[in-house]
Amino acid sequence: MIRPASEAEVAEAVRAARGPLAVQGGGTRGPAGAGTPLSTSALSGVVLHEPAALTLVVRAGTPVAEVERLLAAEGQRLPFEPMDHRPLLGTAGTPTIGGVAAANVSGPRRIQAGAARDAMLGVRFVDGSGTVVANGGRVMKNVTGYDLVKLLAGSRGGLGILTEIALKVLPVPEAAATLCLPGLEPARAVAAMAAALGTPWEVTAAAHDPGPSPRTWLRIEGFAQSVAYRAGRLAAALAPFGVAEVETNAASVTAQWQAIRDVTCLAGRAGDVWRVSVRPSEAAGLLARARAQAALMDWGGGLVWLLSPAGEDMRSRLGCFDGHATLVRAAPATHARLGTLHPAPPPVAALAAALRARFDPRGILGGGWA
Amino acid sequence: MDMPRPDDGLIARRDRIVARLRAVLPADAVIDAPVETRAYECDGFTAYRCPPLAVVLPRSTGEVAAALRVCHEEGVPVVPRGAGTSLSGGALPTADSVVLGVARMNAVLEMDTADRFIRVQTGRTNLSVSTAVEDAGFFYAPDPSSQLACAIAGNIAMNSGGAHCLKYGVTTNNLLGLTMVLMDGTVVVLGGAHLDAPGIDLLGVVCGSEGQLGVVTEAVLRILPRPEGARPVLIAFATAQAAGACVADIIRAGVLPVAIEFMDRPCIRACEAHAKAGYPDCEALLIVEVEGAEAEIAHQLGLIAAIARRHAPLEIRESRSAEESARIWLGRKSAFGAMGRINDYICLDGTIPVSELPGVLAAVGELSARFGLEVANVFHAGDGNMHPLILFDANAPGELARAEALGAEILKLCVAAGGCLTGEHGVGVEKRDLMGVQFTPEDLEAQMRVKDAFDPNWLLNPAKVFPLHLSAGRRAA
Repeated sequence: MIRPASEAEVAEAVRAARGPLAVQGGGTRGPAGAGTPLSTSALSGVVLHEPAALTLVVRAGTPVAEVERLLAAEGQRLPFEPMDHRPLLGTAGTPTIGGVAAANVSGPRRIQAGAARDAMLGVRFVDGSGTVVANGGRVMKNVTGYDLVKLLAGSRGGLGILTEIALKVLPVPEAAATLCLPGLEPARAVAAMAAALGTPWEVTAAAHDPGPSPRTWLRIEGFAQSVAYRAGRLAAALAPFGVAEVETNAASVTAQWQAIRDVTCLAGRAGDVWRVSVRPSEAAGLLARARAQAALMDWGGGLVWLLSPAGEDMRSRLGCFDGHATLVRAAPATHARLGTLHPAPPPVAALAAALRARFDPRGILGGGWA
Repeated sequence: MDMPRPDDGLIARRDRIVARLRAVLPADAVIDAPVETRAYECDGFTAYRCPPLAVVLPRSTGEVAAALRVCHEEGVPVVPRGAGTSLSGGALPTADSVVLGVARMNAVLEMDTADRFIRVQTGRTNLSVSTAVEDAGFFYAPDPSSQLACAIAGNIAMNSGGAHCLKYGVTTNNLLGLTMVLMDGTVVVLGGAHLDAPGIDLLGVVCGSEGQLGVVTEAVLRILPRPEGARPVLIAFATAQAAGACVADIIRAGVLPVAIEFMDRPCIRACEAHAKAGYPDCEALLIVEVEGAEAEIAHQLGLIAAIARRHAPLEIRESRSAEESARIWLGRKSAFGAMGRINDYICLDGTIPVSELPGVLAAVGELSARFGLEVANVFHAGDGNMHPLILFDANAPGELARAEALGAEILKLCVAAGGCLTGEHGVGVEKRDLMGVQFTPEDLEAQMRVKDAFDPNWLLNPAKVFPLHLSAGRRAA
């Protein structure tokens, strides 16, 4: 395991590499692929935290938990609510901010506050030839040159090894509440969530458990007075879908959305797990076609988690839809056979390949690409 | 500012190129009469002008692809153009180029309030996107000042912002998908009515690429439900430092206004003379707007007023009606027009960390005195996007050059303070030669590699964004 302690050492390790590097942050999303393991975990620490500018600059290997602690002390948080993959994947280790950025991880608040990509203001990375590159910065409005920050977010280490990330952070609201509607069928649940997300009351999360006793949840956050007002208005607006129970206990609200964020309902259950990003109004039909053993809808229906028998090709069941399906949990052989990521149409695949060839001409950073 | 020497060979083949374009496009979609191409000689950055070889105005993605295939085969540079409102020369042609304007492509293709998106052709203007969803109670959040005129195509090219980014983000945060045509005519669809890319986020790098990677013909845009209401408060201060500190405290306190606008005395005076909005005559004023239901607005404005009182305000003027709100916004919205009436000006667009506001404002004041040119400041303080206006007299010999030199110094100051050269206007040709201030050659090389992947022959808007000496080898290839 190569464990560079500085950006210069990362560059040196890449230049010295004679074969593929398997780059990982905390390793909580499973093996990083074939090659010599390279961990960014020693690239740790806060470079700059400016609470009054809502910005944080951290080294890539900094644990997410450490970032969250630091922000919490200032009454702030990461807007995109990154998922912790350990419960679902049964992995150990420490999630790092670099891993979150490289996989563009987010959580239920994605629909309102964006994903990691939307909060990332700047990056520093080492490309496949060992050159250090900086892009973006630490300000919220910046159109100076191409946005390689977005390009690196979600690139799974295929274009470069992230060494430093600047993030936009947000204040933690004073209060939060969850409205729960029981008993809705999937199509009805998606309609209820769409209705809620179409109101001016700034619903920050909308999820649905289509299990034997279905539940649909909506979250409101803000000043205490606002949350009370908005929860009341929202419950009234959703009356056609049933009587909403309102939970306002802070610890309960937090715990519940953390469970949705981490998809704990599928943790520890046998089978493969698929993560499908879909146009919300197509979600109910997609869920029916999936014939999954269990499922969870987030993002108002725009994200569907599916549990299916090991080794089955869920994509062929789903057929054609507006979105994409990622294989999140499966045996390595299944990943190899079915592909982790949804196959891209030829012109998009050609552009992605052209970029990878230019950022990593020796093909040593491909470990994250199944 | 230099542009590359036009290719005489291309200009000599002009008739053949125009004939080939006419063969694949409707008759009225190709313009080559000099009296008509003159209309495309510049955009909102009027200091430099050059009519193109020809202009094509296609009506569909298919026609865009047909035009690009011809230009690709002929080796003709193509300059994409939205509404031509760029303030950085993003649509400035060269004499050997074809301007491809998408203005005729302005249809709404699909609107879905349940899935909260609208799909439009990119020649549609920014404001008319919001108008299209208004009756359903929705709006499109990015709102650049030119929103009445500017096209979504240009918004995507420049990753445009506006006054409400603090809460709603900029174009890239509100763009779900697009259809684009590469220089060789290949049609590429990225994203859609779903979120996030499965692999590399091509959508994210196309947004803000200044028309250098492809011609974007359709866009899927996120729409949001309109808030119940909005109301501003105007706060006057005796010093810019106090106003800057107040901004930092508001943000830190956890109030997230939709907009925090800043104006200094020269700007306030010009606006008063022009719009008569009744602003107090003070060194600096803030306009802070919050959204929500009536009680929520009152609560937030109360918090903001309490914070402002810690910074010795001269006046706190809370709007109590739609009419008062309109008066508070009147001066700010007429700022650029007011300046234009009394002076020629250069509008800068650097961004700085919000915490650096007081120091940078003081330094801008010193530079202004050193160059002997007045600078009026009006900007989006909430996100640190400054718009210093350098006032000069275009008829006085040497003043334009002096104003440009002062502008360059102010932008260097922004970068040194931890900010950037441009927050929402784009690099274009205007800031192209300053890119070395913010980036190392390696940083720029990495960006140029992206263009290599999308447009290997460097035919799309080639003389923009990157300093000419760095892109020379690629453009010649």
